[in-house]
Amino acid sequence: MRQYFGRKLLVYGLTFFVAVTINWMVPRFMPGDPVSSMVARAGVSNPGAVETMRAYYTGLFGFDQPLWKQYANFWGALLQGDFGISIWVFPTPVSEVIMGAVPYTLGLMVPSVLLSWVVGNWAGALAARRRLLDNTVLPVGYVLTAMPYMWLAVLLAWGLGVVAGVFPVAGGYSFSLQPSLSWEFVADLLHHWVLPFLSLFLVALGGWAIGMRNMIIYELESDYSTYLSALGAPQRLIRRYAFRNAVLPQITGLALQLGVLVAGALVTEIVFSYPGLGSLILKAIQNQDFFLLQGTFMFIVLGVLIANFIIDIVYVVVDPRTRAGMAGAQA
Amino acid sequence: MSLRVSELRVYYRTLKGDVKALDDVSFTMRDGEILGLAGESGCGKTTLGKSLIRLDGRMRHVGGTVELDGRELPIGDDRRMNAFRFHEVSLIPQYSMSAMNPTRKIGKMVGELLRSRGVALDRAELESRLELVELPRTVLDNYPIELSGGMKQRMVMVISTLLNPSLLIADEVTSALDVSTQKAVAKALIGFRDAGFVKSMIFVTHDLALTSHIADTVMVMYAGKLAEKAPSAAMVTAPRHPYTRLLINSLPEVGVRHADKKLSGIAGSPPSLLDPPAGCRFRARCPVAGDECAQEPPVAEVEPGHFVACWKA
Ligand SMILES: Nc1ncnc2c1ncn2[C@@H]1O[C@H](COP(=O)(O)OP(=O)(O)O)[C@@H](O)[C@H]1O
Ligand code: SF4
Ligand SMILES: [Mg+2]
Repeated sequence: MRQYFGRKLLVYGLTFFVAVTINWMVPRFMPGDPVSSMVARAGVSNPGAVETMRAYYTGLFGFDQPLWKQYANFWGALLQGDFGISIWVFPTPVSEVIMGAVPYTLGLMVPSVLLSWVVGNWAGALAARRRLLDNTVLPVGYVLTAMPYMWLAVLLAWGLGVVAGVFPVAGGYSFSLQPSLSWEFVADLLHHWVLPFLSLFLVALGGWAIGMRNMIIYELESDYSTYLSALGAPQRLIRRYAFRNAVLPQITGLALQLGVLVAGALVTEIVFSYPGLGSLILKAIQNQDFFLLQGTFMFIVLGVLIANFIIDIVYVVVDPRTRAGMAGAQA
Repeated sequence: MSLRVSELRVYYRTLKGDVKALDDVSFTMRDGEILGLAGESGCGKTTLGKSLIRLDGRMRHVGGTVELDGRELPIGDDRRMNAFRFHEVSLIPQYSMSAMNPTRKIGKMVGELLRSRGVALDRAELESRLELVELPRTVLDNYPIELSGGMKQRMVMVISTLLNPSLLIADEVTSALDVSTQKAVAKALIGFRDAGFVKSMIFVTHDLALTSHIADTVMVMYAGKLAEKAPSAAMVTAPRHPYTRLLINSLPEVGVRHADKKLSGIAGSPPSLLDPPAGCRFRARCPVAGDECAQEPPVAEVEPGHFVACWKA
């Protein structure tokens, strides 16, 4: 068991290291010079002043140091939770900008991923039991999974937002409000949350439902189910076993899908101008703010790795075979 | 009489039509009898075994009756049949290696199965039976994956017989095992019968040599019909049906396991059960076939307890 988690941790550590390195490299080799663009934005025409400003920014961001030192500094700062200063909202620290966006992304992702997983599995399990339901769940599921994230999001925004006018189509809350803990603000927040949440929830729902349905049907036709039936065991017991065994691959599926789900969430945020990490990435690219870009990516990578690790632990807890395998089979 | 099967017909529904896998089969079994059921692959052995306990979704009970201990088994009625399953008729399936839920500890699964059938688990009895088949009681705390093939086989054997059924169907329980394990399993099955855990047993195998060792009576099927049924000794020394003779003669030495290869050594192949030919179904391969064989041969008792379906027996 310890060995298993040790190995997992090593893999995750390695992934993290590689991710950090790539993350550090990419913005530095991206076209465009952020310092020039910042100086240009300041709109200073005096050449002397431009040079002073350039020197100031270069020194501030440490671009005058050799590459290896920049890389080492990057790690040092990272371990202290310091992602640098944002260029877009200069001089706010990147970590502060990210922390402002994280609650929105988490508030969108966690409920949509968990709820679509739970509801999808539940619908799939029901579909495996009833013909009538199967005839609805299956086609609806296929339509939902076949739909690109973007498309469903735009469709929802257009239908429920623009045409029906039930929900706002952009932003995390109304511009007329100041963030506070008042009922008015929380209600407004939820109101803005519905559409992006719904689009993420719906798109993931179909896949889970279809997967669960197929897994349960497979389990119900497996040898242990047939044996139990031959011994007259009630359907209730057989279904209970089948459900439990069918959920296990769905947990693995969740781990595998996590990256896709995160990407979907980021795109959805952009469609709905939702002030989460996805919108932050867009802003960072538009403003060539590579500290912000780096910080955001770092945060996402870390989040995905942590989530994967949690799923690993859950899997070991619920699937006895992994535990038995770790202890070593007896002959 | 423990079991009486009369004119049993069970067909598989397929898109091409009915597969007549069990076509007018009649036989009886005494209390305490072990009946060896042999024949080439596809002759209907598994179908007969399943018919006595649970028809699968594609099987249809077309005709005939089954009587166990004087009571008729409602084999075509899944719901009513349930009362008999496990309690009166039980099964060691062909797929014993995968018959247990992989994600439940074996002991827990057995407890849940018994409770679902309204029986309380008698732990002491269960452990004494494990001892009988030389399984440590710790297997109850194991998952199936932690057991070897032979151990799983014996565990399923214990589970299936836990409620002391009147009839046990053991389908190809030795086919996946090596010779020494085969002997041990066969011995354990005889032990269960002798201990009274099961009253009578149908031991299905395509290995005629092994059958005659463990069974009191051997029944050979061909293409969904009974070919010959006789006491083991008579079956080996004085077979009467041309098919059985070919099977027996092709065994180099009784007890040596070459049956696999030799069974397919008879020239030709059995007829399609979708649309079987009229008359004797063995006619196309029979070395002594004559004109009368265009008529279907009835099952006749040529000697007490020795039944043959052949005009020339
Ligand atoms: N599910 C099925 N659908 C159609 N035909 C089947 C099915 N299962 C078995 N059969 C046919 O029924 C016949 C008897 O099969 P089976 O009882 O499994 O033979 P055995 O156990 O003697 O090898 C075979 O000809 C086989 O092709
Ligand atoms: S009835 Fe005729 S064809 Fe059939 S086994 Fe006997 S001799 Fe051969
Ligand atoms: Mg078979």
